[in-house]
Amino acid sequence: MGGLQKKKYERGSATNYITRNKARKKLQLSLADFRRLCILKGIYPHEPKHKKKVNKGSTAPRTFYLLKDIRFLLHEPIVRKFREYKVFVRKLRKAYGKAEWTGVERLRDNKPGYKLDHIIKERYPTFIDALRDIDDALSMCFLFSTFARTGKCHVQTITLCRRLTVEWMNYVVASRSLQKVFISIKGIYYQADVLGQLITWLVPYQFAHDHPTDVDYRVMATFTEMYTTLFGFINFRLYQTLNLVYPPKLDSKAESELKAEHEEDYAMDSESYLEKLSALSASLARVVATAEEEENQLDQFPADGNMEAREKEQKEQEDQNRLFEGLKFFLNREVPRESLAFILRCFGAEVSWDKSLCIGGTYDVTDETITHQIVDRPDIDKQYINRYYIQPQWVFDSVNAKMCLPVEDYFLGVTLPPHLSPFVEEKDGDYVPPEKLKLMALQRGEKHGKIQEEEEEEDEDEDDDDDEEEDNDEEDEDLTEEKNLKKMEDQRSQGKVRLEQEEKAEEKRLAIMMMKKKEKYLYDKIMFGKKRTTREGRTAHNNSWNGVNGMVSNVVSMWLMPFH
Amino acid sequence: MCVLFLRQRNVFFQTVPIWFNKSYRLRTGTARKWDKYDEGESVSRPGKLYSTAIDIRNTVGNVPMEWYQDYPHIGYNLDGKKIFKPIRNKDELDEFLDKMENPDYWRTVHDKTTASDIRLTDEQVDLVHRLQKGQFGDVNFNEYEPSVDFFTNEVMIHPVTNRPQDKRSFIPSLIEKEKVSKLVHAIKMGWIKPRKPKETTPQYYDLWAKEDPNAILGRHKMHVPAPKMRLPGHEESYNPPPEYLLTEEERLVWEQQDAEDRKLPFLPQKHSCLRAVPAFSRFIHERFERCLDLYLCPRQRKMRVNVNPEDLIPKLPKPKDLQPFPTTMSLVYRGHTSLVRSISASPTGQWLVSGSDDFTVRFWEVNTGRCMKTLEVGGAVKSVAWNPNPAVCLVAVCFESTVLLLNPSLGDRLVVSSTDQLITSYEPPEEDKEQAVTWALSEGPEHNKGHRLTLTHPKAVKQVVWHGKGDYLSSVMPDNSSNLQVLIHQVSKRRTQNPFRKSKGLVQCVSFHPLRPYFFVATQRYVRIYNLIKQELTKKLMTNCKWISSMAIHPGGDNLICGSYDCRLAWFDLDLSTKPYKMLRHHKKALRGVAFHRNYPLFASGADDGSVIVCHGMVYNDLLQNPLIVPVKVLKGHQITHDLGVLDVTFHPTQPWVFSSGADATIRLFT
Repeated sequence: MGGLQKKKYERGSATNYITRNKARKKLQLSLADFRRLCILKGIYPHEPKHKKKVNKGSTAPRTFYLLKDIRFLLHEPIVRKFREYKVFVRKLRKAYGKAEWTGVERLRDNKPGYKLDHIIKERYPTFIDALRDIDDALSMCFLFSTFARTGKCHVQTITLCRRLTVEWMNYVVASRSLQKVFISIKGIYYQADVLGQLITWLVPYQFAHDHPTDVDYRVMATFTEMYTTLFGFINFRLYQTLNLVYPPKLDSKAESELKAEHEEDYAMDSESYLEKLSALSASLARVVATAEEEENQLDQFPADGNMEAREKEQKEQEDQNRLFEGLKFFLNREVPRESLAFILRCFGAEVSWDKSLCIGGTYDVTDETITHQIVDRPDIDKQYINRYYIQPQWVFDSVNAKMCLPVEDYFLGVTLPPHLSPFVEEKDGDYVPPEKLKLMALQRGEKHGKIQEEEEEEDEDEDDDDDEEEDNDEEDEDLTEEKNLKKMEDQRSQGKVRLEQEEKAEEKRLAIMMMKKKEKYLYDKIMFGKKRTTREGRTAHNNSWNGVNGMVSNVVSMWLMPFH
Repeated sequence: MCVLFLRQRNVFFQTVPIWFNKSYRLRTGTARKWDKYDEGESVSRPGKLYSTAIDIRNTVGNVPMEWYQDYPHIGYNLDGKKIFKPIRNKDELDEFLDKMENPDYWRTVHDKTTASDIRLTDEQVDLVHRLQKGQFGDVNFNEYEPSVDFFTNEVMIHPVTNRPQDKRSFIPSLIEKEKVSKLVHAIKMGWIKPRKPKETTPQYYDLWAKEDPNAILGRHKMHVPAPKMRLPGHEESYNPPPEYLLTEEERLVWEQQDAEDRKLPFLPQKHSCLRAVPAFSRFIHERFERCLDLYLCPRQRKMRVNVNPEDLIPKLPKPKDLQPFPTTMSLVYRGHTSLVRSISASPTGQWLVSGSDDFTVRFWEVNTGRCMKTLEVGGAVKSVAWNPNPAVCLVAVCFESTVLLLNPSLGDRLVVSSTDQLITSYEPPEEDKEQAVTWALSEGPEHNKGHRLTLTHPKAVKQVVWHGKGDYLSSVMPDNSSNLQVLIHQVSKRRTQNPFRKSKGLVQCVSFHPLRPYFFVATQRYVRIYNLIKQELTKKLMTNCKWISSMAIHPGGDNLICGSYDCRLAWFDLDLSTKPYKMLRHHKKALRGVAFHRNYPLFASGADDGSVIVCHGMVYNDLLQNPLIVPVKVLKGHQITHDLGVLDVTFHPTQPWVFSSGADATIRLFT
């Protein structure tokens, strides 16, 4: 005898999910507060496996949250702060209405606020977790720090973002962890290797923003609120790892050097300090004053192939870090000072700029020891003979190539070679731009000039042959016969090779015939994807944006449902 | 209040507010007239209105004059009399003439209320000019009069009022004292505390000072981290290689596409130098969209296998190691004029017989490709089969409803003569049993041609098969309706049996077991195996094919392959199961013939795609080891005619050679 009839949708996946509206009601929050809470706590909708089951048989489009997530939000102390704030706003409005100005003042003084420290700790239980997730925070803070103070967001937020980004840049300079840079049409991409994590961020060009109307700045501000908190803690910890003082202070030596004569005219001391920091031209103060950073040698373990590789890698890394060491740069006023100073300092160069451009320039144009001057104009009037005048792309390309590229291609007024993305890693079969091939050859140590020379020599030889032909035909005939023989041999060997290749191809074809149906299907699909990418690479001369051909990684977190 | 539109000199209009109580229209004259005025020509006129001989005032007030449109009058004068409209309104022509002739036209305004033209006096024109210049209307008004202070700035020694001060103004307030003392008391008691200075800048500290790996919540295991932003490719560069830039057409396509359909969210651009790079207009948008993605986009964990396609390809032994097998086409036997339906090799391997739709049977010498004999038969030859017994030289040929036993008289003469003897030595039994076919001995010219026995069947015969010993012969007459589909003939006794009482479907082909008394019958979808001694069904094989075309039995007898019209080849291991051990889908089109080699572990299949595929099919004596099947060669050579390619394949009995006959009327030998 069966027991009670089981009701539908009372167990299983239907009870694991909750719609957004229900969640909101459960939390007793307005939609805006719910959104804020979700952003701060990092709660996102989940896509159920069986949407219809979860949706109780309906197929209406709904967003679902995990019920566990929402239950977890119920205990969040910040929800109470939200309610307090709501009450505060109500009281304030009332006080305004009654024109109780003292009451307004009192209320304003006791405005409820909240801290996000515990949320950060909870979301990122370990430091590495936090560091792994800092890409978006960096890009966002860099964007906010370029905003004008015109009321799109709080001025405090902007200054805080600026301060944090300056701290970050100083950290990257101090730790010399910058790896790749890329000038895109959107902005400048940087990639740094911080404590083993690859961190990429995008900095917009220094222009005033044309604020779009269809962007909800409240959402962005909430994100920024969370990101600044996270970013500050990360900065603190990073500074600690390098034994640097946090908040950053300039080295006392550097500080005295930077003490310009007319500093009083420039700005207030408190304001100019951040700018001095952002100039990036001086080193930072350390907690424990060490003479020089001692090189940390890798401990020697019993001989191991792995070890050698690691040593080599580390050596390469060190070489890259010292890429510009000993070079002295001067930035002209038309180049983006901050990014170039940042990059050059990351690789150990000395940088300066015109005094009127920014605070913190350490030497003048007239300095005779300058080796490179970075100029972004067609021509310059007064040129010094003992320095290179190069365009800014040289710096970026050199960093990506991990070597100082020949400066000839980057002189003033010269058409620049294409600037390639260092983030593209071509798999075999992908299209590789010829410039990259050239660069790779250069990195291997071949000089393309040499190859050209050889070619020229060959040409000359041929010319000589032609001349000789007229002189004595008989010898030439012998020569040609020998040549023919050689050619035939070559052809034969080539034929052998081709035969082998054909054999292999046929073997493969036959093996493919023996595949199981399921595997054959999968194989065909993969091969189709590959072929399509190569075809598109050939026709649309690009393949980098559809490099995903189905089988990529073991576990992929997915975006579903593009909603905008 | 009204607004005047005046044409200044010659070019532009200017709006000037004038505080008249009625609306005037000052008609504008040409520049010439202005000049005249400036010269003071019209000053001679007295400062009077043009038509102010009678002072007409309309008393209707400030109402729209359209209200009087349909009336003869336009309002009322001071006496309450109607003011009538002029008899005739000025039309365009009048206006024009007036403009041309009247020197005062430029200073004439039309008064709508009285429907009369008024000529402005010089003072009025002056007033208009002054107002246009933003000056005061009154000429005599001095706007820069010396200022006079209301109050003197000198401190006076005497008070302004002489009232004595209140007492409360110099006695401390009691109420205030009370309040202050209360506050003081509250401060003393610690009820009121000084307000803490607000922290504006956030305080940072080492948040992860005590990292506790156990503090990781269960939630984090469910966490689906958001994918990072995609890294930029070459096309995003400010100075990309030229091949990454869009052509004109591609750019147009890009612009017409919806934002979601675009492969690239931006247009690649090339800038000659860093200085020329503009701001990216969608920067904030993109960041905002990323924010939306982070908190609004549903996430799901999906498992994806990371498969290297090369790993999917099964690791098979190399064909090179499985030699010998036929690799190249070495001979083409030409002579037939129509499709060659069937071929069969003699047991010695010296001869080959072929039957074709051109009503002939041809005998070939295998090594030379020479046609030794051609026999005309009275119909399209459906099937030929050489007697597998090397001591007998007989060939079974079927066409229409006849099965013909031929003695080709090729090869060893002893064998030929013994065969003839075998046939003639037949003694008819005493009691003549009724048989399904009639056996007839050929004589005369037919005997000379090689005909020995003629078996006339009641229906068209499709296939003939010999038993391994060479005495029994089976013929197939496909017919779904009757049980008379398969007949087994015994040549030595000239006897015919119908082994089946019931039809089990359309028989496609039959075969004898090479060693044991089993008989294989392939119907459309199944292969049935009968025990001929026990007269019972032993096995029924499900081929999973739609329509079987051909069948071949491994010389060991435990394996069987079936070709089907739906491009499949099924390998059965009879010890293993009644389901196929392997299904091979090597051919692109319908299979027509399959064959096993007698000695070598080889089998071949021919199909309509014109190819013969030779596979290595190793059967092991060890029962635990499954057969190894490896395709070793795809042989091509036959032309496809009328959508038919290879019609029959057969192996050479001793050599690793394969013959194939095709619809292009040729037979080919692959060695």
